[in-house]
Amino acid sequence: MTPLGTATLGEEREMGNVGRRLLFAAGPNAGLASHEQAFGPLPRGLADPSFLAVLEASGLTGRGGAAFASWRKMAATARGRGSVPLAARPVAIANGAEGEPLSFKDKALLANSPHLVIDGLLIAGRAIKASQLFIYTTSAVLPAVEAAVAARHDARRIKVVPAPETFIAGQATAVVNSIANGIALPTDLRLRLSESGLKGRPTLVLNVETLAHIALIARNGAGWFRQAGTDRDPGTRLISLSGHCAEQVLEVEGDASLAEILAGAGIDPAEVQAVLVGGYHGRWVAPLDYRLSPIGPESHVVRPGAGVLHVLPATECGLDATARIVNYLAAQSARQCGPCMFGLPAMSRVLDALAYGDRDPRLVGELARLGKLVGGRGACHHPDGTARLVGTALETFSDDVSAHLVGRCTRSPGGHHG
Amino acid sequence: MGETLHIDWTSCDGRGLCTELLPQLLARDDWGYPLAGQSANGDRSNVQIGADDLEAAREAVALCPRLALSLRPTK
Repeated sequence: MTPLGTATLGEEREMGNVGRRLLFAAGPNAGLASHEQAFGPLPRGLADPSFLAVLEASGLTGRGGAAFASWRKMAATARGRGSVPLAARPVAIANGAEGEPLSFKDKALLANSPHLVIDGLLIAGRAIKASQLFIYTTSAVLPAVEAAVAARHDARRIKVVPAPETFIAGQATAVVNSIANGIALPTDLRLRLSESGLKGRPTLVLNVETLAHIALIARNGAGWFRQAGTDRDPGTRLISLSGHCAEQVLEVEGDASLAEILAGAGIDPAEVQAVLVGGYHGRWVAPLDYRLSPIGPESHVVRPGAGVLHVLPATECGLDATARIVNYLAAQSARQCGPCMFGLPAMSRVLDALAYGDRDPRLVGELARLGKLVGGRGACHHPDGTARLVGTALETFSDDVSAHLVGRCTRSPGGHHG
Repeated sequence: MGETLHIDWTSCDGRGLCTELLPQLLARDDWGYPLAGQSANGDRSNVQIGADDLEAAREAVALCPRLALSLRPTK
């Protein structure tokens, strides 16, 4: 993992028009003084409803993976107590769990710009009239976050809560369950969190990067935010870039070209076989003529999810890489829901067989069948995301699948596997 | 409108009672867990219940040994 972005944040790399440096403008490990110097003080005069209108105009979507419209989530939470007499006031949670092994941008953000996240949480909390505020994050950055919170008088209401280092700890119901009960596992959702979340209160869970964007939008306005990116994907986003390169955190414009991002990071496209976009629940793509946007045709656009880009070099086998990921994902099942508890290990076994020498042509069909079998049948989308990853691997590495079924591998010297 | 049968997968243990009461709606998967047909939005945790199946669905909710089922008006 990147040592919290220090290697990349210190050096100013020219990224052309895909590179921006807004969220880290206060410099590495920014204290409150450098933060206020870089961004100005937190604006006080924002009337609550009008800020939701600003946020809607900005077009900001969640940066934790699902890319849901942030203003809509906040409006639903603000409304959540509306119909119930004497309803409890809402809760706002900054989600910095980042359980995805290929993602490190949230840790980099919390370590280097914690005050931007705190600003965003205070603004979001005010907009929904929240009575309780939480920052939920892993031990690596907990001390930095606690120090930043302690340094501010206006942040006394914020409680910093540790998140375990598991893949699903950042799933929204797992976040609420962890803060309420110390159990970071997803729960069955009968009502939306915006209606009934932490201890039955309307609950807003926003990714920490989303909150940092909110802090900048509150200062500079929706028009400023939309200067970067495009209409379908305005603003900037953080990227965790790894694989066939040094691990680094980048800030790129919305709707950025995948090829340009990689070129800007000095990666030779000839050495790239495929890129995993969106992390372990994401999509393998090749070649590189895609744009990163939550919206757009699948033929040209790939959803950035939480901003993970993992570069598979031309020398490595995509089926082997995917088999290892699915192995991990099966082990990370919370083992609460049957289709996930049994279905993911089953998928993992079949993919292992295909990747490591079994030539039974029925393996491909069996993977497709299992993928369909687990879809939409769990308290969270862990099985769906895993099935999606496997599906895109079979598509993107179809040449390798054919080769493996005749006992060869296109990626190994001599064409034989292992 | 109508009723939706919700499956709480964190409680379900695959005992199979619901699949016997509602064989036309719920099959069993490889491991015995209830398997609804593919729905339009991919959500197979909330099963649409028609008027003809309502009585059997109520019975499934009442008899599920894991209390994993609930009926609610369709949103």
